[in-house]
Amino acid sequence: MNDTSTLKPGHIQGETGIWEMVIGLEIHAQISSKSKLFSGASASFGSEANRNVSLVDAAMPGMLPVINEFCVEQAVKTGLALNAKINNVSVFDRKNYFYADLPQGYQISQFTKPIVGEGEIIVDLDDGEQTTIGIERLHLEQDAGKSLHDQHPTKSYIDLNRTGVALMEIVSKPDIRSPQEAGAYVKKIRSILRYIGACDGNMEEGSLRADCNVSVRKSGEEFGTRCEIKNLNSIRFIIQAIQSEAERQVDILEEGGTIDQETRLFDTSTGETRSMRSKEDAHDYRYFPDPDLLPLEFTESWVQDIKEKLPELPDSLKKRLVKDFGITAYDASILVEEKDYVDFYQQAANGRDGKLTANWMITELFGALKKDNLSFSESPITSENLGELISLISNGTISGKIAKEVFSEMMKSKKSPSEIVKEKGLEQVSDDSEILKLIDQVISDNQDKVNEYLSGKDKLFGFFVGQVMKLSQGKANPGIVNKLLKEKLK
Amino acid sequence: MSELLDLNLVEASKALKNKEISSLELTKAYLKSISDTSSLGAYLEIVEDKAISMAKESDKKLIDGIARPLEGIPIGIKDMFCTKDIKTTASSKILENFIPTYESTVTQNLWNDGAVILGKLSCDEFAMGSSNETAAKGNVINPWLKNKKMSPGGSSGGSAAAVAARSALAATGTDTGGSIRQPAAFCGITGLKPTYGRCSRWGIVAFSSSLDQAGPLTRTVSDAALMLNSMAGYDQKDSTSANLKMPDLIDYLNKGIKGKKIGIPKEYTQDGISEDIVKFYEKSIGWLRDEGAEIIPVSLPHTKYALPAYYIIAPAEASSNLARYDGVRYGARQEASSLDEMYELTRGNGFGDEVKRRIMIGTYVLSSGYYDAYYLKAQKVRRLIKEDFENVYKKVDYILTPSTPTTSFELGKKQDPLTMYLNDIFTVPASLAGLPGISLPVGLDKSGLPIGIQLIANSFDEAGLISTARVLEMSAEFNFIADGAAK
Amino acid sequence: MPNKNTIVDVPTVNKIARLSRLDISEGNKESLTNDLNNILGFVAQLDEVDTSNVEPLASVTGHKLPLRNDDVNDGNIEHLVLKNAPESSSGFFVVPKVIE
Repeated sequence: MNDTSTLKPGHIQGETGIWEMVIGLEIHAQISSKSKLFSGASASFGSEANRNVSLVDAAMPGMLPVINEFCVEQAVKTGLALNAKINNVSVFDRKNYFYADLPQGYQISQFTKPIVGEGEIIVDLDDGEQTTIGIERLHLEQDAGKSLHDQHPTKSYIDLNRTGVALMEIVSKPDIRSPQEAGAYVKKIRSILRYIGACDGNMEEGSLRADCNVSVRKSGEEFGTRCEIKNLNSIRFIIQAIQSEAERQVDILEEGGTIDQETRLFDTSTGETRSMRSKEDAHDYRYFPDPDLLPLEFTESWVQDIKEKLPELPDSLKKRLVKDFGITAYDASILVEEKDYVDFYQQAANGRDGKLTANWMITELFGALKKDNLSFSESPITSENLGELISLISNGTISGKIAKEVFSEMMKSKKSPSEIVKEKGLEQVSDDSEILKLIDQVISDNQDKVNEYLSGKDKLFGFFVGQVMKLSQGKANPGIVNKLLKEKLK
Repeated sequence: MSELLDLNLVEASKALKNKEISSLELTKAYLKSISDTSSLGAYLEIVEDKAISMAKESDKKLIDGIARPLEGIPIGIKDMFCTKDIKTTASSKILENFIPTYESTVTQNLWNDGAVILGKLSCDEFAMGSSNETAAKGNVINPWLKNKKMSPGGSSGGSAAAVAARSALAATGTDTGGSIRQPAAFCGITGLKPTYGRCSRWGIVAFSSSLDQAGPLTRTVSDAALMLNSMAGYDQKDSTSANLKMPDLIDYLNKGIKGKKIGIPKEYTQDGISEDIVKFYEKSIGWLRDEGAEIIPVSLPHTKYALPAYYIIAPAEASSNLARYDGVRYGARQEASSLDEMYELTRGNGFGDEVKRRIMIGTYVLSSGYYDAYYLKAQKVRRLIKEDFENVYKKVDYILTPSTPTTSFELGKKQDPLTMYLNDIFTVPASLAGLPGISLPVGLDKSGLPIGIQLIANSFDEAGLISTARVLEMSAEFNFIADGAAK
Repeated sequence: MPNKNTIVDVPTVNKIARLSRLDISEGNKESLTNDLNNILGFVAQLDEVDTSNVEPLASVTGHKLPLRNDDVNDGNIEHLVLKNAPESSSGFFVVPKVIE
């Protein structure tokens, strides 16, 4: 193998040259509605089996679908947030196939005329670069139920609670070129969905899942045959699955083989993909317009109303943070990843040093939360308290070093920083005479070092600063210590 | 007893309200007549106890003077309507033990208006057929020329036979391509298919969703008006239901047709239509002219293509609508070791031949590579057929046609599915266009079988349809009773 | 549409039966194939109609799709949902094991 460290992400070095990945994603996002897309049963998660099931969801004879207005609004909102074309007339089609957790024998979806057409989003990569990914379409569809295969040796158990829950399927163009880009794309979509409240983005509970279409080609060549990896429910798995699938395809192609277009599953235990169904069992979905529903139509003014109510979205917020708070684009992109982050940041940084606040939030707070295995919403430190800490640093009440001590106390006790500083007497000492006393003590304790310094060993200056700080228990203002020491040791 | 059976719905209703008769005695008379005519096979399920208790309930309301429009009227329900706690099979083996936990909107409307249920009426399996011979429990016999065992028509064959045999005062039916009008014609009664969207489809076993429509089968036009008054109405649970108020049809019974324009489409008098029917068709035209209507020859040029378009669209929708009968949540499951095998055996065993044929046709015309050539083509032709009617309704108010090309035929005589399909040649075009149509008896052919004539109105003009049909009914004076009817 | 008499053959019928999840006995396949060819031959008449500028018609209804409010007003009826089930256990429908 050649040295892979120089390869770009998304490139694979083969015997015959460098292969490039071509990736397209289908994201299934559960709409945060109270009831299902076509029935009044609850769309909530985690109930007893078949509790959230209406006669419509169970596809009893003669039952009919009636569409949920909230779900339509969320799809339009999402379309607008993806800078996409809103189709004022769209059609629901039936996708016909048999499966135990698909009671109707068809899924109501949108095939030829989706509610949202082409759009695009800007994706932020880890190296601070940006790339634009095209959106092919967004459509509304029903989720399927759940089959449990491990309850009985010869039987499967069927729970229809999820049957009919509203999903948006967001289909990207095959514009993605590396697993990392795919991960960043999903992050961005998730962030947008959370901003507008269309989906909670919870991947563990399955409210956001992705199917990844992966193929490989030599640079500049036509797209290769693609495989679809189904149902990935974490960004880490998406990245792993794409990498492993692309490598599998390269291995086959390099040995002179061909890729079968097929659906594959990602095995999280092996980190590899495996074939899900064979070609001879290929589906023929027989899409046709659902005769129980009419075309979905809305007016331009209805769309405009929704547009006007859209919250500020990550891209525009990011620009505003850079401008208003003087932080770097990279820091801003981390802060806008989640609506909760931005809200927290804006409260903490309001009227204070924006850069300093961003540093403390991204490095210290995120780091501490990660270490303590806490989610952002569980943070013991509120935005007010972080803001106060920033103020204490900025106005010289405490030094950066003391601030770290105060910070860890805040994580533990949830107390406000001024309370902690007061309790522990951690105010910074900036008074010249107080500090001179400390300097005199250090000089008298270290006369030999003083002589060495005066005879030219300049490096020892740091030692004296350290000794003074130590003596002050870290409370002396380091700037003043520096200045006074220089004068004293002239 | 026989005097009770002689009363039509309007007369019985009047007698009930005048306390000349009680619902209990009327209902009992019908229960007896069901048993007297049981050899016809019209009923799949008789709910005697329920009928008696509903009748008693109605009698209380009648005594209290708070009678509702159909108070105490005993009726039969086509087995396509889901009825709560009463077995509903759609005449199919696959649903042989299905007991709905819900009531269809249309039947609920009828009970809310005071009607009394007698039982569930046989039909072609999943309403697919024109002779009632595809019913899992066997055919129904037309009460006319009873000994010759004639077909009652289909798919609402049990409903038509029961009304003609006087074992129900009225019945509900569903019409997809003629399933109310054709059996009404074969059994010498009145059958009305309303405008698509007039009656809710909620709780009716679906055959072809873009065509299915419920309607009444009755002895007279006035009876049909009363029944439809109760059956129709907007339903939020059916997205295709029309949010339009239907006027009280009783107000339109005696409006007459002076100055109305009746279109006579030239395409409905082709070869293959029986001479006796042509004769009565011409007579009917004359009667309407005599009553002051203007007769105008019109053309519906795509008529010929209605049947082939229908036999693509209806099976396509059916193939998807019937996918839910998989033996998982209800229905007669065939045990097997794998899920797919269970599906195939359950469906292979549970569906009859005609249903299987239509599922196969529907699957084929929707499948990859054939969709455009068949399904999309049929939808385009459907538009042309609808436009034909729209053009004609610029010139005329109503269209008059024969209901069927022939009168009833002997059971078992038409083995070839395609020959059977031709029965619906005159009823299918209005179905594709979603228009209201009514068939009413105007005479008997040489062998003594009833002849039906069809009137087609513009969308949502059931009121005008009733006015016109009533004029024709009065002129025709069809007062015959089937030899197989209860005495 | 293809030629009238040989539109579908037995292998095609097998394929459609499989897609439709219908078990068709061997003995019935010939006659079913024959019936399907007759019907498909009959509907092939539509070829005669010029539909080049015609939009397909999926619904005759003139009104717009009605929308309902996002209210939870159904469900909690598992006893009704499961009532007609051929096989159920602890609130689940039960089917022969699905092998993925």
